[in-house]
Amino acid sequence: MTEARIDVQVEHRHAPPVEQKHPNTCPKCGSHYRDDELDAALWVCGHCGHHFPMRARARIAWYADPGSFVEEAAGVRSDDPLEFFDLRPYAERLAEAELNTGLGEAIVVGQAAMDGHPVQLAVMDFAFMGGSMGSAVGEKLSRACDAAVERSVPLVAVTSSGGARMQEGILSLMQLPKTVCAIEDLHEARVPLFVVMAHPTTAGVLASFASLGDVTIAEPGALIAFTGPRVVQQTTREKLPDDFGLAEQNLRFGHLDAIVPRADQRAYLLRLLRLFAPA
Amino acid sequence: MSSDEHELNLRQRLSGLSRLPLLRGARVSGEAERLEQQLARLQAETSDEEIWRSVELARHPDRPYTLDYVERMLDDWVELHGDRGRADDGAMVTGIGSLDGRTVVVIGNQKGRDVKERIARQFGMPYPEGYVKAMRVMEIGARFGFPIVSLVDTPGAYPGVAAEQHGQGGAIARSQATMVRLGVPTIACIIGEGGSGGAVAIAVCDRVLMQENAIYSVITPEGCAAILWRDAGEAKKAAAAFKPDARHCLDLGVVDGIVPEPPGGAQTDHDEAARLLKAALAESLEELDQTDAEDLVRRRRAKFRGMGVFA
Repeated sequence: MTEARIDVQVEHRHAPPVEQKHPNTCPKCGSHYRDDELDAALWVCGHCGHHFPMRARARIAWYADPGSFVEEAAGVRSDDPLEFFDLRPYAERLAEAELNTGLGEAIVVGQAAMDGHPVQLAVMDFAFMGGSMGSAVGEKLSRACDAAVERSVPLVAVTSSGGARMQEGILSLMQLPKTVCAIEDLHEARVPLFVVMAHPTTAGVLASFASLGDVTIAEPGALIAFTGPRVVQQTTREKLPDDFGLAEQNLRFGHLDAIVPRADQRAYLLRLLRLFAPA
Repeated sequence: MSSDEHELNLRQRLSGLSRLPLLRGARVSGEAERLEQQLARLQAETSDEEIWRSVELARHPDRPYTLDYVERMLDDWVELHGDRGRADDGAMVTGIGSLDGRTVVVIGNQKGRDVKERIARQFGMPYPEGYVKAMRVMEIGARFGFPIVSLVDTPGAYPGVAAEQHGQGGAIARSQATMVRLGVPTIACIIGEGGSGGAVAIAVCDRVLMQENAIYSVITPEGCAAILWRDAGEAKKAAAAFKPDARHCLDLGVVDGIVPEPPGGAQTDHDEAARLLKAALAESLEELDQTDAEDLVRRRRAKFRGMGVFA
């Protein structure tokens, strides 16, 4: 719809100056790494322990036994029901995200084994449009739940998302109840759900399946909030505590079972898999 | 380009195509058909102006709120207070009343009428405590077989420090999970603003209705404009792009029906608005009465699991 298009000058006029920092420079201590160094360190800063974002495929390679991962629902892609156009068409943003990430959507799902235990994995990738949840993400997560129920294996979900994907309008909001329904079916089938919240787990994803795990852990320093600090500050003018919305605060207020550094996560999940394994 | 100009432009292109001297094998008809379809859709669709009018009417300060409807639709109203843990959230009202002789549970958002009340009720934005209170009262309904009526009218869940500390995201998730377990008929109606997760938290129902001038959206127009256009002043453009009006929500299958309002909007005549809403609720209730509890839950889940458009 042409009338929805607007002058691109707006982008220049209002765009805040963006400070370009190399993605491999630690935002906490300034240490800089090569890709292969970070890869070998599970994308954790060796100097200060800062957790860099970890791509979905890298995380799957770390969690799953070598060669055990079989991706599913890879063909599910986003559509553009509203023909949404903000500063650029949604269809263009999708194509760009796919090119830049090599992923079809912001979540990768499939079956795998961890130390021989069969599991279902659903791992989000923040690099794909901020890990936002549209219809395709909702569908893939739901299919992962169904597959876990069908095979009667635990579902391990790793979340990293800015929330619902605005470009899909109200349908993206409907992915909240959709994924909640899928998780309810999972719960009723007595299939365990372990949630790992990575930075950031916010808004629509936090307000749906991410919060319904049987066991919920988070990565150190991850932002876990329904409303992020910037919006809270702007709307309420409240003074924010230093650790506002961080995993550490969420743990203190009882919203998490544990904060588990990335290097320890595999062992932690294996312990759960052993405990929840059918006798 | 205005919508009228756009339409004119399409018409011109269409007539231009029909005048082209056709070469053998040339495929102009496909293009013509596409333009015809686009034109038909344009005429049927709510215009950008109408969408923005809905946004304004949905937020009208005189629009009836949950308790205005309760007072007009129900007899023997008993309001229930508190989440039994921490607080009584004024942005979420809950209670039990009689709808044409039948006991129903009502949960709903309440904005305030004057400044003092608005502050006390956080402008209709619930804390997690509000959702916990709603869950508690919905479970009473399920226990005693009372249908649940949910009246949604919130800009969103409260975005504050304490709300986050008390687990806003988790409360919204659990409220939805509670709603897909209830073995009684459930009906939601968006009666004003259906703002994001804070709204859907109490709208996972067998029937979801929407008043003619209500809006239902993933984010406020201002919020969307601030993020995607980097300027909250572009709210009108954002609303036109994500289409929060009742017509579009119905087309996308997100709501099951549109409840008419008095001419000019619900704020012009609260009694008539309540009469129309009550009729719509009674009709939905009658439809749902045919279904047993297990089927209600199964169909409710199937309905929401079917939502979304993907390739």
